[in-house]
Amino acid sequence: MAARALGWLTVLALIAGLGAAFGYAPREAVQGNVQRIMYLHVPAVLTAYLAFALVFVGSVGYLLTRRAGWDRLALAAAEPGVLFTGITIVSGSIWGKPTWGTWWTWDARLTSTAVLFLVYVGYLLLRGMVDEPDRRARAAAVVGILGAANIPIVHFSVKWWRALHQPSTILGPEPSPIAAPIAAALLINWIAFTLLFAYLLAKRMEIARLEDTHAG
Amino acid sequence: MSAYARRAWMVVWKDVLAERRSKESLNALVFFALLLLFVFQFALGPERARVEAALPGLLWLGFILSGLLAFGRTFLIERENDCWEGLVLTPGDKSAIYLGKLAGNVLVMVVVEVVLVALFAVFFAIDFTPFLLGLAAVLALGTLGLASVGTLFGAVTAQMRARELLFPVLLLPAVVPVLLASVSATQTVLAGEPLAEAAAWLKLLAAADLVYLVVGVLTFEFVLEG
Repeated sequence: MAARALGWLTVLALIAGLGAAFGYAPREAVQGNVQRIMYLHVPAVLTAYLAFALVFVGSVGYLLTRRAGWDRLALAAAEPGVLFTGITIVSGSIWGKPTWGTWWTWDARLTSTAVLFLVYVGYLLLRGMVDEPDRRARAAAVVGILGAANIPIVHFSVKWWRALHQPSTILGPEPSPIAAPIAAALLINWIAFTLLFAYLLAKRMEIARLEDTHAG
Repeated sequence: MSAYARRAWMVVWKDVLAERRSKESLNALVFFALLLLFVFQFALGPERARVEAALPGLLWLGFILSGLLAFGRTFLIERENDCWEGLVLTPGDKSAIYLGKLAGNVLVMVVVEVVLVALFAVFFAIDFTPFLLGLAAVLALGTLGLASVGTLFGAVTAQMRARELLFPVLLLPAVVPVLLASVSATQTVLAGEPLAEAAAWLKLLAAADLVYLVVGVLTFEFVLEG
């Protein structure tokens, strides 16, 4: 019941997000309508980071307690995490073509996001290779913990290696230079994406729980 | 010597002994390194300037490809004759086994790296002597990073299906920072600049090594359960 309510709330928030992105937010002066991809791109990447943080929490939780629920949390967060990272890369690519003139460039943020994507695709592949639940959970937890611990190292290594992407405007140290309506539209979409993620997470955990009860 | 260090040392010693008697891995690995040299030469063509420009990347490509083969085998030897059970039954902190296996892998990599650098020096007529000290520092930090993740993931995948495919798919993205930092630092060293120029990269490597070692030591006992 709660999941259904969350689902409808997500639908409403996504509609509001669409309205804000296309109706309320003004056309950006320099980039034009292409800039509206940001309302998909930025919430997607923020949600992906949240998802991978939860993979870490679930992994540590499993190794400490050996309760299957923690493993289901890690799995249920990893799948949408990969999905949202994929959305980030594809939407960034579509934005990059008219703005930077290229689909892909080996810029720091692009590269580190792509590495993140590969790490967690590997994580999901590994989960597919083991059938026995406890063994799978332990192996996945080790990879999930290393993957999360690696995120800052990947971030700095790639950042020093190359930089073309504009510095992060939302999580950066200075006050945000984004115009108020654009920031509001961004916030609404961020909330909508977080709700969508919560819904997917709840559903996936429920499915994993049913799988476990029927397998065992 | 504490019991912990002795246990780690026992693992190294037994692996070295087994390798000395079977000569299973090292001979083939060194030969593989030689083959890589041919592949690099064919890929780049005879022009010397291109080889020189690509040298730091080629060296690390050689190391990581050899490492993929070496690390993936770390725990395969333990699957025979119930050796794995023996490791699980070892008393005390299991991370000693991880550190022992890690030390063995570092040893193997040192041999492979010395051979590869020597082969590069001979076949591409490159004089490494003025850079040896700096190169050794970069190699030490980079190898520790590769080997600490490689040893852990080698144990994780040892009992899995399709492990020879899964292992590189897991390891390569995880060691991207090590590769980036090592190649950049090697570039600085081989350009004849002082090691201080590469200080930021060396610090990053040291931090990465530390993080990987801590994760490996803390999680290894869960991997070993099999």
